[in-house]
Amino acid sequence: MRVSLFITCYNDALFPETGKAVVNVLERLGHEIEFRPEQTCCGQMHWNTGYLREAVPIIRHFVKVYQDVETVVIPSSSCVSMMRDHYVKAAEMDGDAKLVADVEALLPRIFEFSEFLVRKLGVEDVGASYPHKVTYHASCHSERSLHLGDIPIRLLKRVRGLDLQPIQNIQECCGFGGTFSIKNPDVSSAMLADKVRNVLNTGAEVCTAVDNSCLMHIYGSLHRQRTFARTAHIAEILASGYDKEVTAEAFV
Amino acid sequence: MSGVQTQDGTQWNRQDFPEAAKEILEQSQTRKNVQHATNVIQGKRNKVVAELPDWEDLREAGAQIKAHTLRHLDHYLAEFEANCTAAGGHVHWASDAAEANRIILGLVQQHDAKEVIKIKTMTSEEVGLNATLEANGIAPIETDLAELIVQMGKDRPSHFVAPALHVNRAQVRAIFQKEMHLPDLGDRPEDLATAARTYLREKYLRIKVAISGGNFLIADSGGMCIVESEGNGRMCLTLPDVLISIVGIEKVIPSFQDLEVFLQTLPRSATGERMNPYNSTWCGVHPGDGPQEFHVVLLDNGRSPILADKEARQTLQCIRCAACLNACPVYHQTGGHAYESVYAGPIGAILTPQLHSMKEGRSLPYASSLCGACYQVCPVKINIPEVLIHLRGKVVQEDQATLAGKFSLWNIGMQAAAFLFADAGRLGLAERVGAVGQKVLVSKNGFIEWMPLMLGGWTQTRDLKALPAQSFRQWWAKEKAPSAAAKNGRVSHG
Repeated sequence: MRVSLFITCYNDALFPETGKAVVNVLERLGHEIEFRPEQTCCGQMHWNTGYLREAVPIIRHFVKVYQDVETVVIPSSSCVSMMRDHYVKAAEMDGDAKLVADVEALLPRIFEFSEFLVRKLGVEDVGASYPHKVTYHASCHSERSLHLGDIPIRLLKRVRGLDLQPIQNIQECCGFGGTFSIKNPDVSSAMLADKVRNVLNTGAEVCTAVDNSCLMHIYGSLHRQRTFARTAHIAEILASGYDKEVTAEAFV
Repeated sequence: MSGVQTQDGTQWNRQDFPEAAKEILEQSQTRKNVQHATNVIQGKRNKVVAELPDWEDLREAGAQIKAHTLRHLDHYLAEFEANCTAAGGHVHWASDAAEANRIILGLVQQHDAKEVIKIKTMTSEEVGLNATLEANGIAPIETDLAELIVQMGKDRPSHFVAPALHVNRAQVRAIFQKEMHLPDLGDRPEDLATAARTYLREKYLRIKVAISGGNFLIADSGGMCIVESEGNGRMCLTLPDVLISIVGIEKVIPSFQDLEVFLQTLPRSATGERMNPYNSTWCGVHPGDGPQEFHVVLLDNGRSPILADKEARQTLQCIRCAACLNACPVYHQTGGHAYESVYAGPIGAILTPQLHSMKEGRSLPYASSLCGACYQVCPVKINIPEVLIHLRGKVVQEDQATLAGKFSLWNIGMQAAAFLFADAGRLGLAERVGAVGQKVLVSKNGFIEWMPLMLGGWTQTRDLKALPAQSFRQWWAKEKAPSAAAKNGRVSHG
């Protein structure tokens, strides 16, 4: 399958390793990856902060870049939820019937990375090996917008050597919320303190999720507190320790 | 809701959410009480909701009944008025808080009452009724245990189902000891309940005028319904001579049959009970049975403009179960007082700024991380995150209409970001400039530990990862693009 990668703005700038990991996993599963350099952002920051009119040109740009692709894969559930939950509404607000139609035509071809693996490709074992104690944080958008359920857990359970530790209040928000963490820094920090306590209580070396935004937030505190725990996007775990003896076809 | 006095004698809307929240975050006992109580209620709620195989259908039915009623609100209100009047009730219409206070004060004075007993009603808190009555020499006596605690403690409600949720048993004991003059009072739940019961029982038997809110107005019979847990409501609804109910216009439902849905979803969502201990429904007056004079004050107070707003209309579907408060990770940290409104939590964050002008409570639409936990538990499916974003849009538009707002750091920053996101070339350049320019902020350990201005709140408690030397797009252009181009048979000019 020809897969077009939307890396997202913050992964592009801050987490290039996640993008490389997505390319790695999908290529070894036998897919052809393309990256359209015209891509920018999904518009979520503007939309969620109330800059609704400003978000529309960003959305229009996204649709223009991707409207002819077979499949878009995105390593961020919050960006995918922005598209599924708000793109039609934004296009309607703008009174642009063509944009509404283009969005509706494109949406069924957009997938979050772990969702693409399990729901679209039917793959749970990508041949990865990651001998570490790991805990999984179910980000808000993955849980309550995309309804990923146990998809990420199923992928993690098939990783060789990975010791998955359950976390308390797995679905509770880490307190990031985009500009929420800047507009309400004290409440956001208090929410983060609860989340980080739960992460540390698992004894895991690594906290993973399908969103680097939450992980950036969680690691911000783990690092500030000089703990030894770290964070890694699920794609980076799935790209680890690939057993080259096993052919890609085995996983398709 | 400014100008509305709270029971501690102060006004709501004293400060913005971030500042009010910061004060409460420093009160560790309050936070502990709130976290404990919300965890307990949330746990019970989840358990009894899981028992119903048709829970999602009930949510959908509740949402549709409410949405339908709101679309035809004029019809159902008129039907309620006609049927209530025919059954012997009196219906009054109050367009705002002042009018509601005037009507109720007039009715109480007409009966020469110096005291009134009250069932917990948030609508009366919304209009500041107690302060109005007190200013006119009338003592309002709260009979709901939590409201009594709030009233005696000269406090303000922090949760509209459990108004004293922020207070623990020891604190209740101290309040009762002082206000009821019971120095030997113990702190067991039964000690406290007995004290309240003894204090209140005498009032029920003596006071002739009662004031209530209402959970449901039933259009096809002109009846009303109130659900409660303590029996104080049943006493207030049956013992006095005069009953005055103040109810928001959005509380009407078409028929008695519709209670089938709400009497399943409301108690489960509100208190984690399968059914409320007391479900009172009544219709008008009946000679020799219950109050002989019954008044309903139908309150608008900013509800009609909400109804006119297509995006925000769903706000009025609320049945005040407070499940969204118990589920909200922001509320867990701050409790209700940080919202500076009668209506706290996620629903309060959308209701408060709409009930009056957006000038008040402008910070409330931003008092959410948009995590969606509120929408997930809402028994009438109010998409609170969607309404929050809609209201944020209004706040931004209002800001941008002023010179100060146009040149605010937020607006300039967002316009700059929109400019970059419009074109990948600009964005790529900005990333490269940022990777060099950030050097003044990056510490020796490779992290940003301090940021200026509005970004400073982040780095007070969190480090930020610095931009890596190479962005993903740079890596792709260097490592992957040439081979991809070759495979496609194109000539690479790189």
